[in-house]
This record gives sequence, structure tokens and C-alpha cells, in this order.
Amino acid sequence: MTLSFFDQFMSPTYLGIPLIAVALTLPWILFPTPSARWLNNRLITLQGWFINRFTQQLLLPLNLGGHKWAALLTSLMLFLITLNMLGLLPYTFTPTTQLSLNMGLAVPLWLATVIIGMRNQPTAALGHLLPEGTPVPLIPVLIIIETISLFIRPALGVRLTANLTAGHQLIATAAFVLLPMMPTVAILTSIVLFLLTLLEIAVAMIQAYVFVLLLSLYLQENV
Amino acid sequence: ERDGRFPLGEKRLMDVKLGELGSWLGKRDFTPNGVLASIRNGHDRYYNKYINVKKGGIGGVAMLLVGYVALSYMWEYDHLSEYRLWEYDDLRVPTTYSIIHLKAL
Repeated sequence: MTLSFFDQFMSPTYLGIPLIAVALTLPWILFPTPSARWLNNRLITLQGWFINRFTQQLLLPLNLGGHKWAALLTSLMLFLITLNMLGLLPYTFTPTTQLSLNMGLAVPLWLATVIIGMRNQPTAALGHLLPEGTPVPLIPVLIIIETISLFIRPALGVRLTANLTAGHQLIATAAFVLLPMMPTVAILTSIVLFLLTLLEIAVAMIQAYVFVLLLSLYLQENV
Repeated sequence: ERDGRFPLGEKRLMDVKLGELGSWLGKRDFTPNGVLASIRNGHDRYYNKYINVKKGGIGGVAMLLVGYVALSYMWEYDHLSEYRLWEYDDLRVPTTYSIIHLKAL
């Protein structure tokens, strides 16, 4: 029985092509290349406005070395937010519910920030392990705790997976379990579903944002 | 100039007669480059007609998304056809939640 509740997260194959392949290439179509015109069409103008604002906000706390990461972080944000929002359409598949994808994004990027920090400024990078002003007896414990917290940072990917999976699962449970069970109070369940969908829209956007924000934070410390 | 003496592979689809469809398909370019070229062609035509216009509305993107939903439905049809809603009006429901009634495979 447990398998039937998680079935929505399996990517079905049709003519040998898994749906996840289609779902992953769709964001590519939705962001057209701006042409060399003075005024582009409305879609590109809106997207360009959003990208500019987002990149400006993101790069405020980073010093000049971190600005090299602008393209990567912005494209990551666009990718994640598009994937999450597209997953809210009926019958679609959300690739970010797969842990493999999220860890594949989180671990290399986190490791890159650590290695850059260790390579360029090893003293400062190691210095982050001990906050200023700690009482002397606490130092050994705190170093252990900070090291553990450094290594647990790839949980960035787990966070994204868990949030999206939980949201989709709630909606699926409400739809398949609650709705058929209690037809007399179906209107309440419909309201619950509607609210859950609104929540999911918010979560989709927030999660993408948090992912990128935390990554930029890790970068900020290390660059 | 729309007489029937064109070389077959170069006619547009609308000009091909029904009986010639098989040989027309055979002459089209199915190499990877050809497939990519036709995808790019189709994308450019859709884009320039519906999105890259002076006052494009939400329709251009919305059609694309609806098409994507339909495509996903088609992809998942085998899997979705196994789900049945609760069929019984019986109030004496067993306490284990045997809600989703899977068809025998």
C-alpha cells in the first residue's frame, strides 16, 4: 500500500523516453534568447526585468570575486523556480522531487565554495569554524559542532526535495483519500485542496529562492 | 506552379497527396541534424507567430503549457488508468485505508 501513495513520484516511460526528460527540457523553451532589438517582446521584457532585479539583489553582499558566480546562481534560480511551478500543473512531473537531482545540484556547488575558500584564503576559511568571543573552555566542543555544521550543508538539496515532496503528497492524499471518503463534507475538502494549492505555489517559489540564497551565503564566506 | 511534378521530398506537407504520404516520409531528413533542424524550425515558427509579437498576451505561453499538460497526461496514461475513485457507498468502511483500488496488472 505504501507504494501506491508514492506512485506520483515515479517517472513513467513512453516510447522509451521517461517523462523526466521532457520535464527537464521544458524550462529551456520557456526562456527565449533576447534578440538584438532595442525593445523585445513582452515575455522577454518581463523575464529580463526579473533577472536583473534578482541578480542585483543577490550580488549585493558578495565581493568582486563572488560576482563570477552571477550567471550560475541566476540560472540556477530560474531553473528551480520554473521546475517547481511547472510541477503544479495537473498531470505533470516535478523533477525536483527526486533526491538525485537535488543532491546533484547541491553537493558540487557546496563543495566548490568550500574548496575555493580553502584554496584562496585557508586561514579565514578555517577561522569560520570558531565564532568570535567564545569562552575558552568551549572551544573544542564548538569546533566539532561547527565542523559538523559545515559538512551538513549539502542538506540544501534534501531541503528542496523534502519540501516539494511533502507538498505534493499532501495534495495527493487530500484528493485521493479525503475526498472520496467524505462526500458529504466534500466542500470542506475542496477548500482544503484549494488552500494547499496556494501554499504549494508559495512553497515552490520560496524553496528555489532559499536554495540559491543559502548557496550565495556559503559563497560569501569563502570567496 | 503546384503541379504534381515536384521532387517528392521537397514538397510541403499540405501539398502532398494522401497516397504519397509514405514515400514523402521516407524522403524527409531523419538524421540527428535534420531532426534538430526541424525542431528548431517548428520552435521558431511558433515563437514568431505567438510570442515574439508587439502585444503578445498570455495566450502564447498558455497554449504551450496546456500542450505540455496534455503531453504529460498521454505519457502517464498507463499509470493513471489504474486509479479508481472510491466506488462504494458502504458506510461500514474497514479501518485499513484500502482507498486506491488498483486494477490487476
